[in-house]
Amino acid sequence: MSTIETPPAAKTAFWNDPVKRGLALQSILVVFVLVVVWAAWNNMSANMVARGLIFGWDYLGRPANFAIGEGLIPFAPTDSYGRALFVGLLNTLRIAVVGIILATLLGVALGVMRLSSNPLLARLVSGYVEVVRNTPLLLQLFLWYAIINALPGPRQALPLGPGMFLSNRGLKVPWVEWSPALWPVIWALVAGIVGAFIAARALQRRREATGDAPPTLPIAAALIIGLPFLTLAAQGFPATLSVPVLQGFNFTGGIELSPEFVALLLGLVLYTAAFIAEIVRGGIVSVYKGQWEAARALGLPAPRIMRLVILPQALRVIIPPLTSQYLNLTKNSSLAVAIGYPELVHVSNTTMNQTGRAVEVILVFALVYLTISLLTSGFMNWYNGRVAIRER
Amino acid sequence: MIRNFVLAGLAAAAFVFGPTAAEAGRDLDAIKARGTLRCGVQGPSNPGFGVPNAQGVWGGFNVEVCRAIAIAIFNDPSKVEFVPVTTQSRFPALTNGEVDVLSSNTTWTLTRDTGVNRFNFPAIVFYDGQAIMVPRRLNVTSARGLNGATVCVQPGTTTELNLADFFRQHNMTFRPVVIEALDELRRAYDQGRCDIFTNDFAALAAQRTLLSNPRDHVILPERISKEPLAPTIRQGDEEFTNIVAWTVFALIDAEEFGITQANVDQIAGSATDPRIRRLLGVEPGMGTAIGAANDQYARTIIKAFGNYGEMFERHLGVNTPLGLERGHNNIWTKGGLLYAPPAR
Ligand SMILES: N[C@@H](CCC(=O)N[C@@H](CS)C(=O)NCC(=O)O)C(=O)O
Repeated sequence: MSTIETPPAAKTAFWNDPVKRGLALQSILVVFVLVVVWAAWNNMSANMVARGLIFGWDYLGRPANFAIGEGLIPFAPTDSYGRALFVGLLNTLRIAVVGIILATLLGVALGVMRLSSNPLLARLVSGYVEVVRNTPLLLQLFLWYAIINALPGPRQALPLGPGMFLSNRGLKVPWVEWSPALWPVIWALVAGIVGAFIAARALQRRREATGDAPPTLPIAAALIIGLPFLTLAAQGFPATLSVPVLQGFNFTGGIELSPEFVALLLGLVLYTAAFIAEIVRGGIVSVYKGQWEAARALGLPAPRIMRLVILPQALRVIIPPLTSQYLNLTKNSSLAVAIGYPELVHVSNTTMNQTGRAVEVILVFALVYLTISLLTSGFMNWYNGRVAIRER
Repeated sequence: MIRNFVLAGLAAAAFVFGPTAAEAGRDLDAIKARGTLRCGVQGPSNPGFGVPNAQGVWGGFNVEVCRAIAIAIFNDPSKVEFVPVTTQSRFPALTNGEVDVLSSNTTWTLTRDTGVNRFNFPAIVFYDGQAIMVPRRLNVTSARGLNGATVCVQPGTTTELNLADFFRQHNMTFRPVVIEALDELRRAYDQGRCDIFTNDFAALAAQRTLLSNPRDHVILPERISKEPLAPTIRQGDEEFTNIVAWTVFALIDAEEFGITQANVDQIAGSATDPRIRRLLGVEPGMGTAIGAANDQYARTIIKAFGNYGEMFERHLGVNTPLGLERGHNNIWTKGGLLYAPPAR
């Protein structure tokens, strides 16, 4: 048995050592960035002082004195600029969340359809994708807005169903009037969702162990819908329904989806879905054809092959570009300025104009967008990690 | 809309990265060095006040105010570059130096004059007030009957603030539809998206001419605010302030003294009234005092565009589509508010 002596490592210069070199370069970069930020800040302060301005956030607490058309929380002109910006942020999140969900559903459907063996369907979808992707989104928004505004006025609203009205004031639908008695129902809903998750996991485990288990969907649905319903029933249905009625200039009661919201949603969803369709198609095509053949040999029908075999593998190709579509949709929502949906940029613009505080407002809004973007991509990266193929 | 965001971003960036400097006279010096006055006017849809013709040449009341200033500075009305601005983009454009002066129905207010904005309003050119337009078929006769109305309004204006004040003061609610591009906003109103459209009275009269059926709309009698409109410049250049102010005053004085485009040369040749002789530069000194190109600046302006009243009647008056009465915008001797300090 002979032992091999490791010879003492020859001394390498630190610039030849990748670790040390990397560290050195990183430190230089950090110092550089700090210096730039410091210089910019100093310069800005000097500029503002020279013009007699004081950098400050006091404006956020002052009354805004303007009104905002719609929001998830109430807003009156006596409320502060800070609250106005928050209303704008909530409106941005509202359009982004709803838009992302709908664009994903539509995009996946279109992507699959584009690969359909039915040539008419595939052509139709590919025509749609080309037209929508190649016209400016802003024009599409103007188009949708003009179409919605061309609907009849509130006094001639089109009845769409019991208590539902469509007019150039938007879509009015009945809505449950809020009362504190509804809190238990909300908790029941949360409990139902959590319960459904737990049940789904248990069922999955059983299916993996025994190859058989009752279907998940009805059980989950029963939990999510049943629990809140039972809670309502137990309290003797404390909710009152607020139904839209025509009064004076417009409808009161119910809730409304404003023309601005609907136009923006339509525009963003139809536009983004076209891109998502292409991403989905690319993802599906990237899955090796042998996977289809193998699954077919097992006797699986086509829809289940798609759902169980192809899509899960396509996902890892789909998710990274999908993430940038989500970010695009969120940022594109700021085009709403053009059609008057009061999202963050819209309210920021007005705030900037009324307060003259361009620097401070832009800082707020840049930070908010950065945060939203980082959170979105953080979440998508996490999800991507979960669906990535694990080497065993 | 995107552009104005970029503008605001540039304004912010100018603070962060731009040079730090502020000397007196810098704006006028820069204008002279460049050889043109950059004048911010409303986007291309404000009849009477500022519209480009088929050849792209701008005309209108606000446009002529800028051309008159160019005469004072360069003795040449063509040395103006018109930059369309919106209600939102106008202030960043002025702060950034993209324009030297706004001639865009901008109201002189305390906060715009002071504080973080630091603008100057050398002289009022138009006394306006906010009004409300409604479709005739709604049968509304007073602004008090507008509870619950949906209102079309432009952002970044005194208009949206007065609107909120007015409804609050009268315990009424409203729902704003806020769109920056005036054309888009007017289209929304025209299509019935809003019950009412509000703006300065004169601007509203101008917008009404562009509706599909102007006769189907009435402007309610109430004026819910005071809107003294004035050319707007940056603070910090006294000489430029003087030129703008005394250009406007020259137009007003000319009307008070009965000097018109048609008779200005003849009056200059024969006038004995020392006030008129000073104004028209027959007796030298006034032009030099304000830093104008020459002492005849007022005479050249009147020769080009006439006096205040002639400009008003040509673009805004009862014989134009806007059909405005002189009202407050008449000479003080005729019951109006136009009153220029003496040129002496
Ligand atoms: N006078 C008010 C209102 C100004 C205003 O609404 N101006 C409109 C109508 S003259 C305008 O400039 N619109 C042209 C545009 O935004 O393109 C203010 O200064 O805030």
